[in-house]
Amino acid sequence: MSSSKYSRQELFAPIGEEGQKRIREAKVFILGAGALGSSGAEMLVRAGVGQITIVDRDIIEWTNLHRQQLYTEQDVVDQLPKAAAAERRLKAINSDVDITGIVTDVTPQNIMELIDGHDIVLDATDNIETRLIANDAALKLGIPFFMGACVGSYGLTFPIGIQDDQPCLHCLLEALPSQTMTCDTVGVISPIVVTTAARQAADVLKYLTGADFEPKLESADLWTGDRASMNVASMKKAGCPSCSENAVYPFLSARESMRTAVLCGRETVQLSWPEGRTFDPLAFAESIHGTTTNLVKNEHLVACEYKGHRVVLFRDGRMLIHGTKEVVTAKKIAAGLLG
Amino acid sequence: MERVIELNGNQYDVPVEVGNVQELLGHLELADRIVIVEKNRNILSKDAFDQPIKDRDQIEIIHFVGGG
Ligand SMILES: [Zn+2]
Repeated sequence: MSSSKYSRQELFAPIGEEGQKRIREAKVFILGAGALGSSGAEMLVRAGVGQITIVDRDIIEWTNLHRQQLYTEQDVVDQLPKAAAAERRLKAINSDVDITGIVTDVTPQNIMELIDGHDIVLDATDNIETRLIANDAALKLGIPFFMGACVGSYGLTFPIGIQDDQPCLHCLLEALPSQTMTCDTVGVISPIVVTTAARQAADVLKYLTGADFEPKLESADLWTGDRASMNVASMKKAGCPSCSENAVYPFLSARESMRTAVLCGRETVQLSWPEGRTFDPLAFAESIHGTTTNLVKNEHLVACEYKGHRVVLFRDGRMLIHGTKEVVTAKKIAAGLLG
Repeated sequence: MERVIELNGNQYDVPVEVGNVQELLGHLELADRIVIVEKNRNILSKDAFDQPIKDRDQIEIIHFVGGG
């Protein structure tokens, strides 16, 4: 049965009815519901992918709205987590698609369980460390990983795990960069988000419909007009710890204790605890009612002002402390609220 | 000698002080970034970044960024 919803896509000869059927059967995991995640998810949901899981750790902020197309001003006021708002919006766009939003931080400990059972992982994360974790997990499970990243007016894409003899992300990165440009340090314009996500989505559709395509590392700068497209097959490393026969998947090695992360350039520290510690946001809100101001609560989180900092505590046990880059300060705030 | 190359698809006049690929990366403020460089359709390894840039070379540079 071919519903008219996809008729123009089926008319496109390389897809056809057969390709549409394959798109319909696909299960796609989207790693991040920020800019690339919003844009990529919307395209794939409209294209009629069968199942989509979209995961993100953040809540929606005013600074997101110029480029994160799934969200509205009201979502900011309601302090909604991106994954929850994305799920609601995507379901409204296309009820054919089985959509699950998950509010959590993707870590070496949980990524295998999260992406297992999907046919594709779409990269929409905002940092290289998480990309390398995803690269390892996807390679270990044999799931293609469609990398994408952008900042300023510049973006790049690279599909990984399409051909056996192609390099992975770890092959391409000889060393982890000490610091990369992020959207919070040099800004970003929405056209490059959409362009980068469009290339990723096009590669996903080619892959799903069985089209013959060569995985290339590609970049574009929409301001300068610079563009590049490289066949990087020669960069595959024989002894790569992530994609060789003797792979050990180094980025999946678990770290046990409380983890801290200073979120890229925006004066926010994230604290998270090992699996097992979770919070009931509504009960927690009750307990801190007297010591905090501007308390906002919903089923996903509690947000408040405490000692001059905006603090967000998620159900999965993570805490964001805004207005500081100091882990020590963040831990003091956490201790003050949680005891 | 004037050198005009194709850099990332655009025509580019190589400044006189830029002799090789490493110096080009420095000039473009990409020296401390993770980059992949292709010269005349061949990927260059890091130890080949001292290769001189000649007139009409075709150079592509892709650098990694964090955002998304
Ligand atoms: Zn590799």
